[in-house]
Amino acid sequence: MENLIMPTPYRLLDVKKVTDIEYLFRVEYPEAGNVKFGQFMQLSLPKVGECPISVTDFSATEGWVEFLIRKVGIVTDEIFNLHAGDLLPMRGPYGKGFDAIDIKNKNVVIVTGGSGLAPVRSLINHIYRNPEEVQSMELLFGFKDDSSILFRDEIINWRKKHPMVLTVDKGCGLDGECVGLVTEYVPHLKMVSDKFDDLEVVIVGPPNMMKYTAIEFEKLGVPAEKIWVSFERKMSCAIGKCGHCRIDEVYVCLEGPVFNYSQAKYLID
Amino acid sequence: MGYKITAENFDSLLKNLSKEYKIYAPKRFPKQGRYSDTDIVRYDRVYSADEIVHDEKSDYAAKEALSPITETVLYFTDADYRESKVVDDRPMLVFARACDIHSIKRYDDIFLKNGGFEDSYYKRMREKTKFILMECPSKGWDTCFCASMGTGSADEYAFGVKFNGEEVLVETKDSEFNSYFAGNEEMDFLITPVLENERVVRIPEINDKETQIAVKSLEMWKEFDKRCLMCGSCTVSCSTCTCFTTYDMNYTSDSNAGERRRINASCHVDGYTDMAGNHSFRKTGGERMRFKVMHKIHDHKKRFKEHHMCVGCGRCDDKCPVFISFSTTVNRLAAEVDKLNGGNE
Repeated sequence: MENLIMPTPYRLLDVKKVTDIEYLFRVEYPEAGNVKFGQFMQLSLPKVGECPISVTDFSATEGWVEFLIRKVGIVTDEIFNLHAGDLLPMRGPYGKGFDAIDIKNKNVVIVTGGSGLAPVRSLINHIYRNPEEVQSMELLFGFKDDSSILFRDEIINWRKKHPMVLTVDKGCGLDGECVGLVTEYVPHLKMVSDKFDDLEVVIVGPPNMMKYTAIEFEKLGVPAEKIWVSFERKMSCAIGKCGHCRIDEVYVCLEGPVFNYSQAKYLID
Repeated sequence: MGYKITAENFDSLLKNLSKEYKIYAPKRFPKQGRYSDTDIVRYDRVYSADEIVHDEKSDYAAKEALSPITETVLYFTDADYRESKVVDDRPMLVFARACDIHSIKRYDDIFLKNGGFEDSYYKRMREKTKFILMECPSKGWDTCFCASMGTGSADEYAFGVKFNGEEVLVETKDSEFNSYFAGNEEMDFLITPVLENERVVRIPEINDKETQIAVKSLEMWKEFDKRCLMCGSCTVSCSTCTCFTTYDMNYTSDSNAGERRRINASCHVDGYTDMAGNHSFRKTGGERMRFKVMHKIHDHKKRFKEHHMCVGCGRCDDKCPVFISFSTTVNRLAAEVDKLNGGNE
């Protein structure tokens, strides 16, 4: 019988500093073609334990996955001790990703708060590389301050092709950015279509940020069905057995982490 | 069909069975109870009839036989993982009450059905386990409410037993065991189900999403903020709590060898929802009580359709150090939901 919790060791290809507290780990993963945007994997270090981490980007052709990891927990502390060439055991990918959204020929609006950019980065990069798949993509990113801005090089590239608002809670950001919370800038988005038929909004960030940002979109008349969020919860197994991520009758590891807001707005812990 | 077996013969029968089966039953552990000089009755291996505590409700549930509180799932050396094996792979026989047999169906929901994945550790235990149904007193014990939950009788058992003074009455069911009973006095005997308890519990009718959401802001939950100690006693003793946390144990500080274990987890205890970065959910006793109650009498059934999670064993009421009664809480919730539904209290 297949053992679903058995990790497989993969080779760590590269470790790159992104901010003072967040590093990007690229891992060799020949099965990367099976990964969907927004899915997560269980990183599974012997002696330390397991934790779910979003796949921030992947390449099916080159066979790797990337994780943006902040050093804030027992497992992540240990991951920061690894170097390129070391083995990183993993299992997955798990969960429903952004493939739940039909982005084809849509106006896609992506709003993120802080490290909420990580799980949605693969989707942004996909649209950036294949802009013909959508009508448009509009980006609104919020960060705490200049030093916490993630993926600066990519952001610079993305905004050459796509309208973008980048906000920082304080400071001046990359280059003439707005100061304030992302919620303040939702009404200023272009969103192209008036009736929202062709619109899909993705919001990823801390729980309160997602809640109040979604409310801003609803105030503009965007139906809940057009809004998508991604949840983060404690998980021990990632396959619907351990119970930690359950909210009501829903298991975030199975039905999420990406939820339609029409469902997510009622998932109150 | 059944048998009347003398205590002496039943004892030899068990000794014979224990050569082929691993037998688990409620067993007394003197002076290991919660209070000084009290005993505890919990599941463990038994080899003879006099080890079985048949005239009390066990403090802990039969689930312990299939899903131990702590279970090694993987062994590791560096990044080389190996699955833990069952070395003694004899089939298991578990003496259990009807409610306990029902509780295993809830375990099946989670470990065999949820998410469409079968958990190999649970499955390998489940497939080789058979139950011996132990008859309860006619109305169960004072905190039982199995009749309200429809779990006072069970179907899935190898044979049933009633301890009757110096003799044991046996209801045969699975012909595999007939040879063990041969030579004893034959008689017609059927296990009497529990059809009525002193305690009657009414499950609230939560038929729509609006009511389910409204339940979350009921004032009644706030009463538990001060009272519930969030100790997790109710969930450890619960027949149906399946949650676990995985943790790694290293054998020595200077080696890279150790094992990955599952340990029972409780939604009442701090840390259950903690994520990296100190984010957590449901911090108050009231929120945790609400989460547990709703899971046991609403959420599980909404997901799996067939039955509620709770089987009405009442062990949570028996164990709570501050005398919070789950069954009373459910009845209170039923009255609150009546109000939400526009009816009278």
